[in-house]
Amino acid sequence: MFTEFFLKLREAKVPATLREYLTLLEALDEDVANTSIDAFYYLSRSALVKDERNFDKFDRVFGEYFKGVEALGEVLFSEIPEEWLRQEIEKVLSPEERAQLDKMGWEKLMETLRDRLAEQQGRHQGGSKWIGTGGTSPFGAYGDHPEGIRIGQRDGRRGSAVKVWDKREYKNFDDSVIIGTRNIKVALRRLRQFVRDGADTELDLDHTIHATADNGGWLDVRMRPERHNKIKVLLLMDVGGSMNVHVKTCEELFSAARSEFKDLEYFYFHNCVYEGLWKDNDRRHTEHMATWDVIHTYPADYKLIFVGDASMSPYEVAYPGGSVEHWNEEPGGVWMSRLLNVYSSAIWLNPEPESNWVNTQSNRMIQELLGERMYPLTLAGLETGMKYLAR
Amino acid sequence: MKFSGTDTYVATEDLMVAVNAAIRLERPLLVKGEPGTGKTMLAEEVSKSLKRDLLRWHIKSTTKAQQGLYEYDAVARLRDGQLGEKRATEISNYISRGMLWEAFESGDAPVLLIDEIDKADIEFPNDLLLELDRMEFYVYETKQHIKAQVRPIVVITSNNEKDLPDAFLRRCFFHYIQFPDQETMGQIVEVHFPNIKKRLLSRALQVFYDVRETPGLKKRPSTSELIDWIKLLLVEDVDPEVLRTKDTAKVIPPLYGALLKNEQDVHLFERLAFLSRRQGT
Repeated sequence: MFTEFFLKLREAKVPATLREYLTLLEALDEDVANTSIDAFYYLSRSALVKDERNFDKFDRVFGEYFKGVEALGEVLFSEIPEEWLRQEIEKVLSPEERAQLDKMGWEKLMETLRDRLAEQQGRHQGGSKWIGTGGTSPFGAYGDHPEGIRIGQRDGRRGSAVKVWDKREYKNFDDSVIIGTRNIKVALRRLRQFVRDGADTELDLDHTIHATADNGGWLDVRMRPERHNKIKVLLLMDVGGSMNVHVKTCEELFSAARSEFKDLEYFYFHNCVYEGLWKDNDRRHTEHMATWDVIHTYPADYKLIFVGDASMSPYEVAYPGGSVEHWNEEPGGVWMSRLLNVYSSAIWLNPEPESNWVNTQSNRMIQELLGERMYPLTLAGLETGMKYLAR
Repeated sequence: MKFSGTDTYVATEDLMVAVNAAIRLERPLLVKGEPGTGKTMLAEEVSKSLKRDLLRWHIKSTTKAQQGLYEYDAVARLRDGQLGEKRATEISNYISRGMLWEAFESGDAPVLLIDEIDKADIEFPNDLLLELDRMEFYVYETKQHIKAQVRPIVVITSNNEKDLPDAFLRRCFFHYIQFPDQETMGQIVEVHFPNIKKRLLSRALQVFYDVRETPGLKKRPSTSELIDWIKLLLVEDVDPEVLRTKDTAKVIPPLYGALLKNEQDVHLFERLAFLSRRQGT
């Protein structure tokens, strides 16, 4: 019945599955929700969407799909029970109109209503609300009333039903939106993988007890490798210049990353990586750590994450002396490849929107250096990036 | 058998639809939302309104799925065996039931709350897939087959600390508790304090939402904090006039300790208060 809607959802990358769709049909079959479009919206959302990050996408598809009166006329309207329709209409009618209604007769009224609805179909196909403006007619109930009388809800508490999805309250959770600390944490957790490895072992108490009991009381000690978070991260962040506008996002990323990994090392650079990195921005000119030392200190199993907008002068990447801050003997690109040679799993997170990337030449160069592993600093980007790193 | 909120719990329509769908189709209901929006409360209220028993299973980082089914106390049996006790010969003496077992055996479909499922190991939900789907499991030690006579109403809460596996999500209904808007919040407060004066309520809500809107707060106050705060306001008998937000000299709300639980947030707030006072003069 709603197959098209379901397919539209999948098209919009809402990961709803057949099983969930069947659940929804089952629920409709069982009359879980009353026939209001509102209840249907909540029910389908609850059955098909399992992550609030996808609510926004769902709202958009829902609005799109049920915007046409078509859907309403064919699917929903035919199923609206007459009693509440009457109840709904009576509620909004003035005494005179009610008198008129009595005169007209219910049957006649319904007929006119249907006619009017059919008429509206053409007119409102492209509109933003799925039912037209009834104005002062007895069908005002279905009009574009500012408060929105909604179909099927007997005690509308606030706003109109259509508004619920038109408001797009869940915009914040959409993963193409720039992220907050909590969201970042969730995304970063992808990287957390606890693995049992290494020579360190610990006593496996449960196993020992079971084995001993099975042994009839003879002690049988069992050991197992210690479990620890294997992931170590080396975070290199671009500061200053064009990055100033992104400071907040980067701070959030940083604070989230800090609490997520036991081994997190961070360094700052400006625009591009050169022979020195620093940890304290106030003393960046005095307290450098040579990039070679960084490479030698942290073993190759560290995951390398660059954060920067990669917009700089192409000379910074390609030529000696290209840096805007000091004289560099070797071009940034050379240092980049040195780092990348050691740390094979590396990504670049870019706080600039992906659509802007093509505009800067340096961005292209950096992407080439990284083998296209540049991701936008959005939840979706972060997740794809982490997925890559976790491999 | 329909849930429609209780006199101590204000349920929005979307919440009711989700809860009723889950009850009707006998599927677990997964509830997410900001901390303090009443996720755990929901299970309590559902059990109260449907007059069913509530079984709580609080999940910790060390909780294993098996513990929800049953636990076999091998150590006790070992000790008893060595002391030559008779009961050691009977294995069922050493099996203690978990929450799921209790829920399955209870005749009158209880409400089973699995609280903060995301606290557990990442594989935890996967280990419960079959048990929650079919509502049955097998006890290997005693070769018993446990099957729910009536499927319990399962409410699962999550704080989003871990992603839950897709296979698990497919089997649930999902509801995200949105932070209540001012109107709903007013109802919620009135449910808790039926005699609260309208003026105090609206002022307090105004202050509360202003505090929540403050940019850069580490922990935004939630419903439970608002309730605590209003309780304090009532006990201290604070005059609603004091809560006037336009009064720049008193931008820090009275008894703010109930709302701001973080030292940095308090500092931030004091700084903002200072700034706005300076602007005022």
